[in-house]
Amino acid sequence: MTFGRKLALAATAAVFSAGLASAEQVTVGMITTLSGGGAGLGVDVRDGFRLALEQSGNENLRLVVEDDAQRPELAVQIAERMIQSERAHILTGIIWSNLAMAVVPSAVAQDVIYVSPNAGPSALAGANCHPNYFNAAWQNDMLHEAAGAVANEQGYTNTFIMAPNYPAGTDALTGFKRYYEGEQAGELFTQVGQTDYAAEIAEIRASGADSVFIFLPGGMGISFMRQYEQSGVDLPLISAAFTFSQDILPAVGEAALGVLNTSQWSPDLDNEANTAFVAAFREAYGRTPSLYASQGFDTANLILSAMETADISDLDAFRAALREADFTSVRGDFRFASNQHPIQRVYVREVVEVDGEVTNRIIGVAFEEHQDVYGEDCSM
Amino acid sequence: MSFALFAEQLLNGVQFGLMLFLMAAGLTLVFGVMGLINLAHGSLYMIGAFFCAAAAAATGNFWLGLIAGLAAAAAAGAIIEVVVIRRLYARGHLDQVLATFALILILSEAVRMVFGPFPLYLSVPPELRGSVNLGGGVSYSLYRLALIGFGIATAIGLWVLIARTRLGIRIRAGESDREMIAALGVNIKALYTVVFALGAALAGMAGALVGAIQSVQVGMGEPVLILAFVVIVIGGIGSIKGALVGALLVGVIDTMGRFLLPRFFSLFLDTSQAMGVGAALASMLIYVLMALVLVLRPKGLFPAHG
Repeated sequence: MTFGRKLALAATAAVFSAGLASAEQVTVGMITTLSGGGAGLGVDVRDGFRLALEQSGNENLRLVVEDDAQRPELAVQIAERMIQSERAHILTGIIWSNLAMAVVPSAVAQDVIYVSPNAGPSALAGANCHPNYFNAAWQNDMLHEAAGAVANEQGYTNTFIMAPNYPAGTDALTGFKRYYEGEQAGELFTQVGQTDYAAEIAEIRASGADSVFIFLPGGMGISFMRQYEQSGVDLPLISAAFTFSQDILPAVGEAALGVLNTSQWSPDLDNEANTAFVAAFREAYGRTPSLYASQGFDTANLILSAMETADISDLDAFRAALREADFTSVRGDFRFASNQHPIQRVYVREVVEVDGEVTNRIIGVAFEEHQDVYGEDCSM
Repeated sequence: MSFALFAEQLLNGVQFGLMLFLMAAGLTLVFGVMGLINLAHGSLYMIGAFFCAAAAAATGNFWLGLIAGLAAAAAAGAIIEVVVIRRLYARGHLDQVLATFALILILSEAVRMVFGPFPLYLSVPPELRGSVNLGGGVSYSLYRLALIGFGIATAIGLWVLIARTRLGIRIRAGESDREMIAALGVNIKALYTVVFALGAALAGMAGALVGAIQSVQVGMGEPVLILAFVVIVIGGIGSIKGALVGALLVGVIDTMGRFLLPRFFSLFLDTSQAMGVGAALASMLIYVLMALVLVLRPKGLFPAHG
């Protein structure tokens, strides 16, 4: 017997005995961004997920968390390690679409389920959809499409649009343009992680625009908003929730007040599950949850709901249980379309100050039962 | 393209360049005098920004925050020099790179433990808010103008320090022959600590000043560090004048490239494509410049040692 065979046999035996020890133990590997400019997003996803896990009291879910530092090559290494050494059944946690594109296709091909708590690149929603890939948040275009519709409603006819140059950025501009009916005063791609927007703000000033659409999540949004405020350019901003989410609003401060942004969730969303979630999150972590925290919380509850009815060893049954989405989402009604991306309501929010805290408040509904356009190319 | 837009972009380039100079000056001094490659220079930038934000939040005064940031970075620099860096002078560059890279990880994690993973709030001082009209239809952020002023003042201050003071004479002597000045009775250990703390203070000042208009977050120093290295390679390692010229070149070329290249490509490509190609090429421009300088003048524009 060769050494390789011995090793393979030993590994099989180890897996087999582990399987016998606890039949329905599920290992969830969370790869998320816990350092750098995108850390706030990953920390919130992780904390939301942990909160749901603690509330459920379910001890059969083992969570392994690792920091990807927003670097695709690192995320790929961590994913391999989680699948090979940790024997993860399910992966989750990735914030950034370029990292998702690097990790998800190879992970789902290895019979690992991936449940996305944030990134929803268009490339994974259409022809390349996969039975093992679920998105519990949104397809990238979705909230930006709503922002386009809001721009029409506001009567903007000459909007300047801007996003970072990576898959979610191109999806953002595509989504916005799909619904926006006015002229475009200009279009700019910035760099991911860019911190100085002086050149872009000068372009905006010179463009003669009547409004500005931005998609700048995390630290990028903070930098832009600070500089925009100081620039003397006074055009109204419009955006999806990412640039005006609770993870960065405390750092942006009053400069964000009054900005309209679109989201499937808001801290003031009035339903029983959400009220309880916001209170519990504040209690546990001492801050108001962001959009990302709500998505982490929902992702955990989705996985837990599937564990109630199916065993992870029967992959078909487990996938079917996930597809049912039989859990109470903090965003209200939630179900999966045929491409396993959400069909959901998208709200319009306004940044307001409540009791000295800069936060969001729902002021209307942009779309009911909204679904992404890529699903029709998905043949599942 | 109007004159106002062009002038504003030029100012943006100069402002960016001067902030890079604050970073590059410390880096080049430390390399020139001690022969040390300090990758942790970006962490000192971060420390400056974080202490400035924390002190400004506690006192409500940006200027007190700026002093706190500067002092914290200088103190951190001095401690790091005494505890870690001192042991590295006699070693090769690889050891220095490894040790200072470890410092980046340690300092980033320490800042995260103390201040938390979320970005801090630091606002522009009230007297520098808003924008001013410079005539000719050019309107510019007052704070950025102040940054240009700060950068120029620091450059002059550094020149006076190096060229006109006793400390400056020792620094220059240390650059040319460290054994000799040690033999002449100069306390070389203390001199190294002072130079390192001075470089750290400059980085901390840049971090605090820039932090008010950018995001004060863990890891904010590393992208700037890379640019600062480009600057000192272009300017000539060890030369303050080289750092100033290199920083201004990088600042202006980067900003103008991002501004003009997409316009150039939109002459014969459609808008979206031109934006994509232009932005991609613009982000390479300063590295192309660095490569050109390395080919034509391998020791940089103003080499410190012949």
